[in-house]
Amino acid sequence: MKPSRGWGIKGGQAMAGSKEKEMRIVYAETLKSLAEVDPNIVVVEADLMRSTGTLLFKEAFPERAFNVGVAEANMVGIAAGLSAAGKIPFAASFSCFASRRAYDQFFISANYARLNVKLVGSDPGITAQYNGGTHMCFEDIGLMRNIPHITIFEPSDAISLARLLRQSAYRRGCTYMRLYRRAVPPIYGEAEQFELGHGKVLREGGDITLIALGALLVPEALRAAELLQKDGISARVVDMHTVKPIDAELVLECAKKTGALVTCENHQVRNGLGSAVAEVLCENLPTLLRRVGVNDEFGEVGPLEYLQQRYGLTAANIRLQAEELLRRRDA
Amino acid sequence: MEDKALSFLIAKAKEIRKLTLEAIGFLGIGHIGGALSVVDLLTLLYYRHMRIDSSDPAKRDRDKLVLSKGHAGPALYSILADLGFFPREWLLTLNRGGTSLPSHCDMNLTPGVDMTTGSLGQGLSAAVGIALGHRLDGLQGNVYVVLGDGDTNEGQTWEAAMAAGHFHLERLIAFTDYNKLQIDGETRTIMDTEDLAAKWEAFNWNVQRVNGHDFEQMDNAILEAKQVKDRPSMIILDTIKGKGAFFCEGRVGSHNMSFDLETAREAIARLGD
Repeated sequence: MKPSRGWGIKGGQAMAGSKEKEMRIVYAETLKSLAEVDPNIVVVEADLMRSTGTLLFKEAFPERAFNVGVAEANMVGIAAGLSAAGKIPFAASFSCFASRRAYDQFFISANYARLNVKLVGSDPGITAQYNGGTHMCFEDIGLMRNIPHITIFEPSDAISLARLLRQSAYRRGCTYMRLYRRAVPPIYGEAEQFELGHGKVLREGGDITLIALGALLVPEALRAAELLQKDGISARVVDMHTVKPIDAELVLECAKKTGALVTCENHQVRNGLGSAVAEVLCENLPTLLRRVGVNDEFGEVGPLEYLQQRYGLTAANIRLQAEELLRRRDA
Repeated sequence: MEDKALSFLIAKAKEIRKLTLEAIGFLGIGHIGGALSVVDLLTLLYYRHMRIDSSDPAKRDRDKLVLSKGHAGPALYSILADLGFFPREWLLTLNRGGTSLPSHCDMNLTPGVDMTTGSLGQGLSAAVGIALGHRLDGLQGNVYVVLGDGDTNEGQTWEAAMAAGHFHLERLIAFTDYNKLQIDGETRTIMDTEDLAAKWEAFNWNVQRVNGHDFEQMDNAILEAKQVKDRPSMIILDTIKGKGAFFCEGRVGSHNMSFDLETAREAIARLGD
């Protein structure tokens, strides 16, 4: 796969020959369709509308799209004010700026004030690719998980993005969504229904469960399950699109059913999906667990394939971790 | 301003100072200095300029106020209680466990408070957002925002200043309660913000600078600000921290200070009838 260059808005196709829409186009079109029926839907951004796709929104609703320049703290503060005035603001930036740079503003002006700001962090984790370590955010879920009552989710394909985003608009309180903006292969059919806080079982299996998050790692987990099957291991695969509130019922069902779990995320294993799952297991049903993700490291620059290998965010590594875990269990 | 109105405001501000001194003195510690420096402005706004209704705080088309220097909450609470947003008895629950009147403003706890503030530098962004929301809905209310010296140190304030000028928010009227003292000392020695007026002008604001304890000067400035088109307004108020209380007026240590009820009552007595 060649790295994508030049994020032009027109067309919205990531790769030649791909029929899938870029996720950012789905993001912008979903907001557009929400805005067509709800005058309260507004967008606030910090000079990244070209990247997040919302130039499409701005074309349709110029008076409802506010670009505040490169000022993420102000972006989140203005979004909070818009919410206080009864609007439903969607604010977006690269995940590093949306979370690390504007954290106190999001915490106090939006969440503590019990307002209704929908924050979006694009290019999460290694998908920052050529922007490199300064822009590579493995910490956003960890930061956000500390905020009381917030909803945190990361869709895995265009359908789940459109459905979950639409739902988040009318979910009470602040939300944080991670957005992988390239085109990805479909996982779900058009008719699929979603509920924030309820994970999806994508594949049944009895030996181990792979609980994955996001458009990068859910497909890797599915590929890992195929590889494991060749080794005679039957893996259940879950798309845990919502990290907070975590679907504890589903986690425990998987623990009971398979007795071993591997979490897979494009994020630090500390304070991310792996921690959320570990907390549920430890307090309810201690079960063997491995966490695939970034292990206490900073980001670095490079193409996606390199970074996947570098941080072990691959089907091969998930398979390896799963097999090691099962060997330990059966030893 | 007519004499009757002026006498009313002077008497009302004195009353608000007394209520604020008593509330903080009853607890024994609080942000007295920055509360007293802004009493005159808040009195002028709430009793003469703002279109609000204590029986209907949720009404959308009305004036709003963001107290970005959220630590001056006790001064605002005295006014809101006097206006009937909640019972006066609440004032003595300031900062007690389970109170509806926390040290820093909370829109979800206190009827009449329009925005949660306390982390300095965030209030102006919120006010910009509220003003943008009002404009989208065609609402006529003014959005007032009160900054302190500390807010002016925060970088986010200047991001918001740039945005308000850029978006031509003519219904946004901001004040700087420029008492020139911050926690660690005089602002000119800690972080000099001068030329403050030139800074706001450079961000495309209409700027005036008046005595923040002179009702007529402030009233004229607000009337002018309401007439400004196409630009937000900043009214810089030269004020005195701890204004009106003998034990803290003009003192660096008055930001968050301990004093007992006896001291508060002496200050109240010295304010006279």
